Amino acid sequence: MRFTPTPEQQQLGDMVQRFFAEQYGFEARRKIVVSSAGWSREVWAKLAELGLLSLQIPEELGGIAPGVVETLLTATATGAAMLLEPWLSSAIVATVLIRELGSPQQRDEMLAPMAAGERIAVPAHFEPSARYDLETVATLARRTGRGWELTGQKSLVLHAPAADLLLVSARTSGGPRDTTGISLFAVPREARGVKLWQYRTLDGSCAADVELADAPGALIGAEGTAFAGMARAFDVALAARCAEAVGALQATLDATVEYTKTRQQFGVPIARFQALQHRMADMLIHVEQARSMSYLAAVRAAEPSTRERRRALSAAKVVVGNACRFVGQQAVQLHGGMGVTDEMAVSHLFRRLTTVEMALGDTAHHLEQFVAASTVAEEA
Amino acid sequence: MDLNFTHEELAFRDEVRAFIEANVPAETRRKVLEGLEVSRDETVGWQQALYRHGWGGPNWPKEFGGTGWDPVRQYVFEEESAAGGAPRLLPFGLKMVGPVIMRFGNAAQQKRFLPRILSGEDWWAQGYSEPGAGSDLASLKTRAERRHDRYIVNGQKTWITLAHHANWIFCLVRTDPAVKKQSGISFLLIDMKSPGVTVRPITLLDGTHEVNEVWFEDVEVPVENLVGEENGGWTYAKFLLGHERTNIAGVGVSKRELARLRRIASEEKKDGKPLLFDPAFAAQVAQVEVELMALEITNLRVLAAEAERRAPGPEASLLKIKGTEIQQAISELMMHAAGPRAMRFRGSDGPGASPTAPAYAGRVGANYLNLRKTSIYGGSNEIQKNIIAQTILGL
Repeated sequence: MRFTPTPEQQQLGDMVQRFFAEQYGFEARRKIVVSSAGWSREVWAKLAELGLLSLQIPEELGGIAPGVVETLLTATATGAAMLLEPWLSSAIVATVLIRELGSPQQRDEMLAPMAAGERIAVPAHFEPSARYDLETVATLARRTGRGWELTGQKSLVLHAPAADLLLVSARTSGGPRDTTGISLFAVPREARGVKLWQYRTLDGSCAADVELADAPGALIGAEGTAFAGMARAFDVALAARCAEAVGALQATLDATVEYTKTRQQFGVPIARFQALQHRMADMLIHVEQARSMSYLAAVRAAEPSTRERRRALSAAKVVVGNACRFVGQQAVQLHGGMGVTDEMAVSHLFRRLTTVEMALGDTAHHLEQFVAASTVAEEA
Repeated sequence: MDLNFTHEELAFRDEVRAFIEANVPAETRRKVLEGLEVSRDETVGWQQALYRHGWGGPNWPKEFGGTGWDPVRQYVFEEESAAGGAPRLLPFGLKMVGPVIMRFGNAAQQKRFLPRILSGEDWWAQGYSEPGAGSDLASLKTRAERRHDRYIVNGQKTWITLAHHANWIFCLVRTDPAVKKQSGISFLLIDMKSPGVTVRPITLLDGTHEVNEVWFEDVEVPVENLVGEENGGWTYAKFLLGHERTNIAGVGVSKRELARLRRIASEEKKDGKPLLFDPAFAAQVAQVEVELMALEITNLRVLAAEAERRAPGPEASLLKIKGTEIQQAISELMMHAAGPRAMRFRGSDGPGASPTAPAYAGRVGANYLNLRKTSIYGGSNEIQKNIIAQTILGL
């Protein structure tokens, strides 16, 4: 049992942190938020240059997969920076999807340009009525004379407007909630039959609902057996989300401590008041408990799929989700009126924490998943 | 980063498990697993059994006769002890005064006192709190006046856990009333059999006799029983409190109690089905369980950091708060699991108990009452939050 990264891993973590601190400060980020795209190609090129798009690329293709600790450290840094670029969607989820499901040729062809930052792929999986259900896929793929064609709707496709490729899950057989019969397809965002309804999420990231009407798709890997690989990719993503949350949580706590030390009322810094001190102590406990679970999630996500992995990941998301809500809400509260303005970093962090809590299953969802996984374990 | 036990650690776990299985008497194990009180003899007997095996000081370095185990092994030992129904090792000698004597005591004190802690010969009590000195510990008034080669001690200590079993007590006493309150405190080792020492029981809300008042009336203590420097006691006291908190997370015990909660909730039926499968109840249990999973890792992180620094840090406060919140939450859920039966109190188990109620029915309520102490003792949770605010957050 060991909790410290190797010197090389630590070096990478420090470098990422330094990069964001120097080049992705609050003002720099604000310019990107208000830009029409909502993300920056220059930043993306830098992330590629720093090697941050190769953390889930297999070694034989020049990456360092599984890159557990590297992904954890980088994700934590992206949380503190409130990164808007599609790192999680493309460098983590889409990369793992192709790595796990693609044929050797597809892996060769698709992963290198993604690692180089030349191509962005994002998963388009969840559907309008599926809530957080991974196995609910109603989008249909059928074989035609022109190849596979997909019809259906995908909801809240994060970073879809930034993507060159959408990795769309679609049913090639079975009923709407079967885990078998799900296949994965690469659909160019600009292909015919693809329509995007673009918007921003609460934290300013770009996203879209996607409508597919006989859109052409290239089957990735084998037909009908994508579910296990998808589950793995979304578990790696869940772990990265937990780590991302920890970065945002720590930044939120730091900002709050700093603010209460400078804000004067009744002739003293409000940090002197015990009611506020105890609140911040509670926030710290949440942050540290979340940090512990981000480690557990990272390590378990890389292990074979078992009930224990399901339990660990859902438990992590519950602890992290509770922390996101408590720390976010209290940080705004302790900033007083300033906390509800757009001008302060804390309101942006709060929005990020809120989004992270909802992403890939909210706290209630994962509490249910945890109970289900524990119950089966008990009956078995 | 690796959160799995190594092969060596797993082998060690198996070794500990086997030893506990073979050496904890069946009746003692039953009591511990069912949450019943164990006797003085059972506690001492277990310490002696460990001592004979060379494991008398699981958290002690080898140079003082300890096992020299690293934090992970110490943790594994605590967890296996709790799960296997071993009596709790007394913290007062092993985790409190022992480390203080190792760090600040002289060679003669180390030679005299440490082996008797390991062998179970001495049962120590902790003389810190006083009626007027609780959270504000440094305002303690028990007076020790130097007269030639001895101190004359007068005053009253309170909340002394198991002092009625103890033959030694370590005390914070005031040796200089003229200076700032933290600067006039000394750390004395007092033989409980000294003339002038009186122990009076305090009955707790669950009806048990666990803590005591200890009175000192012109008690003579030889100067060689002073630890470290006269008036240097506050430093040693804080060192000790740091150690006390490190072990207060109680992860192993909480895991065992969570298992007991699950057993009770599977026996209790709601609408004909085990309560454990009631979604609302299951969600409450799950909330506690995930917090405990996180605390286990937080605990190991703190232990690992301490091993590098070789001293407990302020993070121990976090463990104390979260650990006690979880212990209390489990005891509360256990009571709710038992339902109206949990209202039974004393005399409802043992001989003559009603045949319609399961054995746990008479205990879960009392256990809930008893565990309210955890967020008060060892530095109340509010004091711990002050420590976090001041030491970690710099407020």
